[in-house]
Amino acid sequence: MQLHDVWFVLIAVLWIGYFFLEGFDFGVGILTKALARDERERRVLINTIGPVWDGNEVWLLTAGGATFAAFPEWYATLFSGFYLALLLILVCLIVRGVAFEYRGKRDDAAWKRNWDTAIFWTSLLPAFLWGVAFGNIVHGVKIDASKEYVGSFLDLLNGYAILGGLVTLFLFTFHGAVFTALKTVGEIRERARALALKVGVVAALLALAFLIWTQLHHGDNWSFAAMVVAALALVGALVANQLGREGWAFLLSGVTIVAAVAMLFLTLFPDVMPSTLNPAWSLTVSNASASPYTLRIMTWVAAIMTPVVLVYQGWTYWVFRRRIGVHNIPA
Amino acid sequence: MDLALAHETMARWQFGITTVYHFLFVPLTISLTALVAGLQTAWVRTGREKYFRATKFWGKLMLINLAMGVVTGIVQEFQFGMSWSSYSRFVGDIFGAPLAFEALIAFFFESTFIGLWIFGWDRLPKKLHLLSIWMVAIGSTLSAYFILAANSWMQHPVGYELANGRAQLTDFPKVLFQNTTLVVVFHTITSAFLTGGAFMIGISAYQLRKASRAAKADRNPVKVAAMSTSLRLGLITCLIAGLGTAVSGDALGKVMFEQQPMKMAAAEALWDTDSPAPFSIFAYGDVAKGHNTVEVTIPGLLSFLAKGDFSSPVPGINDTNAAEKAKYGDKAPDYKPNIPTTFWAFRWMIGFGMTSFVIALAGLWLTRRRFWLAPEFRRAGDEVPRFMLTKNRELGPFLNKWAWRAAIWTLLFPVIACSWGWIFTEMGRQPWAVYGLMTTADAVSPGVTIAEQWTSLVVLTLLYGILAVVEVKLMVKYAKAGPTDEEPPRGNPTLGGPPPGSEDADKPFAFAY
Repeated sequence: MQLHDVWFVLIAVLWIGYFFLEGFDFGVGILTKALARDERERRVLINTIGPVWDGNEVWLLTAGGATFAAFPEWYATLFSGFYLALLLILVCLIVRGVAFEYRGKRDDAAWKRNWDTAIFWTSLLPAFLWGVAFGNIVHGVKIDASKEYVGSFLDLLNGYAILGGLVTLFLFTFHGAVFTALKTVGEIRERARALALKVGVVAALLALAFLIWTQLHHGDNWSFAAMVVAALALVGALVANQLGREGWAFLLSGVTIVAAVAMLFLTLFPDVMPSTLNPAWSLTVSNASASPYTLRIMTWVAAIMTPVVLVYQGWTYWVFRRRIGVHNIPA
Repeated sequence: MDLALAHETMARWQFGITTVYHFLFVPLTISLTALVAGLQTAWVRTGREKYFRATKFWGKLMLINLAMGVVTGIVQEFQFGMSWSSYSRFVGDIFGAPLAFEALIAFFFESTFIGLWIFGWDRLPKKLHLLSIWMVAIGSTLSAYFILAANSWMQHPVGYELANGRAQLTDFPKVLFQNTTLVVVFHTITSAFLTGGAFMIGISAYQLRKASRAAKADRNPVKVAAMSTSLRLGLITCLIAGLGTAVSGDALGKVMFEQQPMKMAAAEALWDTDSPAPFSIFAYGDVAKGHNTVEVTIPGLLSFLAKGDFSSPVPGINDTNAAEKAKYGDKAPDYKPNIPTTFWAFRWMIGFGMTSFVIALAGLWLTRRRFWLAPEFRRAGDEVPRFMLTKNRELGPFLNKWAWRAAIWTLLFPVIACSWGWIFTEMGRQPWAVYGLMTTADAVSPGVTIAEQWTSLVVLTLLYGILAVVEVKLMVKYAKAGPTDEEPPRGNPTLGGPPPGSEDADKPFAFAY
């Protein structure tokens, strides 16, 4: 196994971590419209992710930075090629971060309502668009001989990719509903569980269709195994949710995301961005990667820092492990 | 304007707008987190309420500012790939690594611990909570370090070799520790503290002046004490940081004279090599013909700034241009940056920065501790301190009014100075993206269309404009409100908060959201 293969795995891990973590905070953001009935309930929802969403988002920044350093060609082709889609995601992430921080800073119903609307849309759109982006990466896009993307924005909106977007949207919403049930008490917890069932069934159907499609076109034995794990975990999550075992439900909805994203990366390897114009023009782990020296330094730093990060991020979740409900929120 | 130029111009405007905008928030984040951490340390150590009030007050302003810094930073991370894909391909090997480390080492730190700090008032023991804010301060400083190392490499590439049509890293420690990086980091951190100090001066002065006009019964002694302490802290910070900025700025200038003579010649509008070289205070010239029509200069000073003596020759724009043409051929039409912008950006950077330093110096003298804060010189605890010339003489009413005003206005000056500092640094490097290796024109994304660029430029500019209004309004609202005394000072919670079932278990959180 060469270093650029190691870095392919590490970047996959970063994306998996990102979707696992920000997946549920996107979901909670979407639920602020679908689940919360009044201002206090919305605050409960937002406060369940309050201490952690910012840290979750750093997984994306790290994935971006690591791609830049480990696979400069991939970074350049991907982000210049998906220019408008990425712009939309960036705008959402900007507004979303500001919305969390600013919504409570004024005692004014209209002010809060506007930020709440912002939180809903800026959670929903990226949850959908990331799926579209990954659908396109796995499926392949128009890349020419000089590694430039030559397709248009509309090329990105093909059926497979849109299905991928719906999968992430519903999967993240399900993940968020399960997380809400785990982190709250009282009536909102019950409603979160009920909603999780409905969203989860839709997510399961969509995900099954998408993953089978992926498996048929790009899959191998490994990706099939990942698909089976994802499917079983999703069923398990639904069952655990019905049984009121919320910890298990959250863990299993997380495993679903981990396995599904892992499957996408498994089908991708050794390409990082296949070309639909000519397979010879595809970006691969070897032709898109940085020099071995850079990869070696990065490996050392990642080997030392990643456990540290995991420990203190995990510790944060432990510090804020308590369930909250409307009684915790000052009127 | 031909299409290729428009392409580059658009990408440059976008980068300029997003980066300068992002950097409005960065210096304040770096310094204010450290200052808040300092105030909180004082509170934890002494238990005095004024420190608690000050921590809460500045902490709130810090968070409003930090939110904007964080979210605009996300764009920075991705726009190299979006608008500058050729650049990314060429330098990813080198430039990407510090960026990745910034995320892995600094951002995780910053964002995780800021969450702990915001939400941890009731959930973390006092000292652990204090540690969180220090971690945020360390994280934001570290992140500045990595970014500046990456930028310094663009200013002065080292530790690489050209292979396979791109720059490949050969010596990473060199990138992290070259003198350009170290001096720039020093200069940026000191100017960040100049910004934070001035911010504190301005808002405390506003609060104290308001208190001095209010009826005595309306004054809150703890608030006045918190703001008096903050004003002094701001003044001292500004003084030390101002000295540091000047020293590091001088060192940076000397490094730049060696590494980027063109940038410094442009900063001085020094067209022809001169020895001894004069320092230009004001110049107006004909850029096309390459000479100044009007100039006011101090003889020999430029030689001193560049080389440390009053007679050394300093290369001028025309000669440097000729030398670079000989060296690099026709990679670019010529090797001159935009001279008027570079010249004035350099002056505004120094001028606005030093104004705050001078105001801080005057303020410190007028608020000498002995006369200002010592109880025997005050009649009551809630009395607002005054500007004292000597033990028994105050500043006259006219000067007093202007002293308060200057103190309030100084808040803005370092922000302006920092922005112009970056504009100078980045525009002075043109036409190079990576000095001597890659021109800016060659760095842009070839595949991105003009329509896409227009879309993103308009969308981001509009969004940033709207957010600026929101941000400033919130800042003004909280700065005007001053420290609140609604919340009692915190006790010392146990880790994770009170156990379920205990009396305090259902106590509302001190949540910020």
